[in-house]
Amino acid sequence: MRADRGLLAAIFAGGFCGAIARALVAEALPYESGHWPWATLLVNVAGALLLGYVITRVEDGRELFPDSGRLLGTGFCAALTTFSTLQLELLQMVDDARYALAAAYAIVSVLAGLAAVALTTNLARAEAR
Amino acid sequence: MSAALLLLVGILGGAGALARLRVDAAVTARAGRRTDPARRQRFPLGILAVNLGGALLLGIVVGFAVHGDRYTLIATGLLGSYTTFSTWVFDSHRLASEGRRGAAALNVGASLGLGLLAVWLGRELGGLF
Repeated sequence: MRADRGLLAAIFAGGFCGAIARALVAEALPYESGHWPWATLLVNVAGALLLGYVITRVEDGRELFPDSGRLLGTGFCAALTTFSTLQLELLQMVDDARYALAAAYAIVSVLAGLAAVALTTNLARAEAR
Repeated sequence: MSAALLLLVGILGGAGALARLRVDAAVTARAGRRTDPARRQRFPLGILAVNLGGALLLGIVVGFAVHGDRYTLIATGLLGSYTTFSTWVFDSHRLASEGRRGAAALNVGASLGLGLLAVWLGRELGGLF
């Protein structure tokens, strides 16, 4: 029970920091309708980079510190990144009939996210060798 | 953004991360009882449900024409943190690297397509009130 509470506290703390970091990036790079959503793309790719590294180390039994998967993965990275805002931005692009922009944004987000996970997964595994 | 607003964004972000954990676990457990145990962990249905639900809720908030600090708290704080991009691309990467390219493509395609539908539907629903 105590361990459970510790895990929940770690996830809350990670989510707290992740949401604040995302809000600060969104404020620094304001999104204008019809433009490229740099803030969302930036937090999403940054979170995917960190998550790939953190979880690969957990999978390999080399976690950075106890409960790092919960604190940094489920908490920080998952909260730093966002799916709902990405979808809303896509819908607004479709509303404006900017279909090419919407398609490019969806494709770049997914490919950059996958590439980020692949990069840091390989990095974490290379360190182990 | 004021320090007080940022603090509340963080608290709601932490709550969003905990809600994601609960919904993900509940959906994963429920799906696991109905499907082949060997495959139950393979498709990340829990995160799909979280992301689609979060996209629907964000659409409702937009449809309600919520603005200003209230919008920041709900959209950036709670729902931005509840939904996740990093876990989604991480799971897709792992599915693909296990050779389950069809499942990976389904996870990417279904999330994007249904997510857009969910945020649109939410906005229509929110606009009714």
